[in-house]
Amino acid sequence: MSQINKSARQILAPILSNKRVGQYHQIIVSVGDIAAQCKPGNFVAISVGGESSRMVLRRAFAISRVSTSSTVGGTMELIVAPHGQGSKWLCAQGEGVTLDLVAPLGTAFGIPTEPVPVLLVGGGYGSAPLFGLAEILNSRGCRVDMILGASTGSKIYAPMEGKRSVNSMRIYTDDGSMGTAGRVTDPIAEIIKDLNVAVIYSCGPMPMLAAITKITSEHDVVHQCAVEESMACGIGICMTCVLPVSNEDGTVSMLRSCIDGPVMDGSKVQWQQVGTQL
Amino acid sequence: MATGGYSVMSTLDFSTTIGNAWFPAPTFTASGCASSGRELAQFFPLKDMGGVVTKSVMSKPRAGRPTPRMAETPSGMLNSIGLQGPGIDAFLAKDVPYLVEQRARVIVSIAGETVEEYSTLARKLRSVSGISAIEVNISCPNVENRGLVFACDPEASRRVIDGVRRTIGGELPIIAKLSPDVTDLVSIAKGVVDAGADGLALINTVLGMVINVDTMRPHLGGKTGGLSGPAIRPIAVRAVYQVHAALPQTPILGMGGIASGKDALEMILAGASGVSIGTASFGNPTAIMSIQAELKQLLLDRGFTSLKQAVGYAHRPIEGE
Repeated sequence: MSQINKSARQILAPILSNKRVGQYHQIIVSVGDIAAQCKPGNFVAISVGGESSRMVLRRAFAISRVSTSSTVGGTMELIVAPHGQGSKWLCAQGEGVTLDLVAPLGTAFGIPTEPVPVLLVGGGYGSAPLFGLAEILNSRGCRVDMILGASTGSKIYAPMEGKRSVNSMRIYTDDGSMGTAGRVTDPIAEIIKDLNVAVIYSCGPMPMLAAITKITSEHDVVHQCAVEESMACGIGICMTCVLPVSNEDGTVSMLRSCIDGPVMDGSKVQWQQVGTQL
Repeated sequence: MATGGYSVMSTLDFSTTIGNAWFPAPTFTASGCASSGRELAQFFPLKDMGGVVTKSVMSKPRAGRPTPRMAETPSGMLNSIGLQGPGIDAFLAKDVPYLVEQRARVIVSIAGETVEEYSTLARKLRSVSGISAIEVNISCPNVENRGLVFACDPEASRRVIDGVRRTIGGELPIIAKLSPDVTDLVSIAKGVVDAGADGLALINTVLGMVINVDTMRPHLGGKTGGLSGPAIRPIAVRAVYQVHAALPQTPILGMGGIASGKDALEMILAGASGVSIGTASFGNPTAIMSIQAELKQLLLDRGFTSLKQAVGYAHRPIEGE
């Protein structure tokens, strides 16, 4: 059918488990065949609030990991921070509750064809999809190093098993409560040189992605970033989640982060024009 | 209709007409809520609904307003997109052929900044095959009159529709999309019908604002935005009811927060010949399909044998009076 949203399906999916992990919830959902279609970087759009909800819009969450081999069929893992009303509702739903979800949506991280050294950079809960990505990159023979940052230690998401797929993991917090005091972007230039990094994969707040793009522009490094922009629909029909992105001919277009993203080439996003009139 | 209720009708004529355009079902997308149509095609065949009302297109490509463009509100949302779009030439080259290929029925929505721009757009549509009707979105600022929205100015509304009517001749039905943000909707509706509109689309979004209490500034990049969703449904039902009472022969495409078959039926009873679904599709990509199925059943349950019998049924005199 259509090329847009080409693998996406809307299903009713039961929650298999919902565990609190620090300030986050790890929610496992039974999604059947959809799991096999999900790639790192893709997201899921979930209805929140139940039948009589006054929340009319779906909530978009990065798919942190999928499994196609569990005993109950395909599963999807979400790492959710109970921030707003929608995510609080989701975090309060227990095992057995059925979710109305649409997945997989959006673009995925590109996997290098050669086993090159790569660096994964996560900000706050943005690190969630990087662990599934790390497993795939690792299985392709890439050297995977990871740096995570947040304002404070309790906002770092770094599960023990996630460390298995990475060569090294460093943590940076603004207040120094975990890892090194400082910004996650501080060591990037040095790591690029030391490890001969070919690709940076990033996920986190916009200022972090913009700062990484500035660093990669001074080195010969590809920057694939997963952007976060508020969305109403997640499927490309509302035009609210747009970002200024440069075209081949040098012009700039407002592209939808739901269907032309969330994974975008950082060097093409015109970060300084975000939130301005083109 | 058969009010006895002794025989259950199992067949229903679900079709509707706007001007000379016939649609097999009374369910449409709302302009600006289905993008090019391709996005929804993954979730259901576009030909299965009454028709696609395309996103309002202007003469030139347009980048639209800065972000943030959206704020969720209780039972609704505010949007401030600013008519981002590819411009009429790219739209006719890419989007219309796709919809025609999908065998979808197409209502093209146009928007302009001057009376002349609307006519120019209509001229480009005149010879395009596969279009069932034109929606004229007059909820745009008129750059020739201090940015006053056409739809809020009875004279400017009439001039836009008159210009489009003259340009396209008598063939293609014209649907004028009106704003609820006016003091006398009925007089504006009468004006555009006099000027040559075959149908009316009611209602466009309601102007609103959200202020972010952290930044303590308007949340949207465009400061104000259009409120949509169930929050505005009673306003839409009232608007459709009032306009249908004044213009019972004019088909109305009713919209504003329709999220279920019951909501759609309410709009039809108020006087709409068809319904458009917008914000509900944001929350549920298959909303139009479920609304369509529910509406059909609700009409059958009430003993109607055709959709047309139900149009404006809430206006019937109270028995015994």
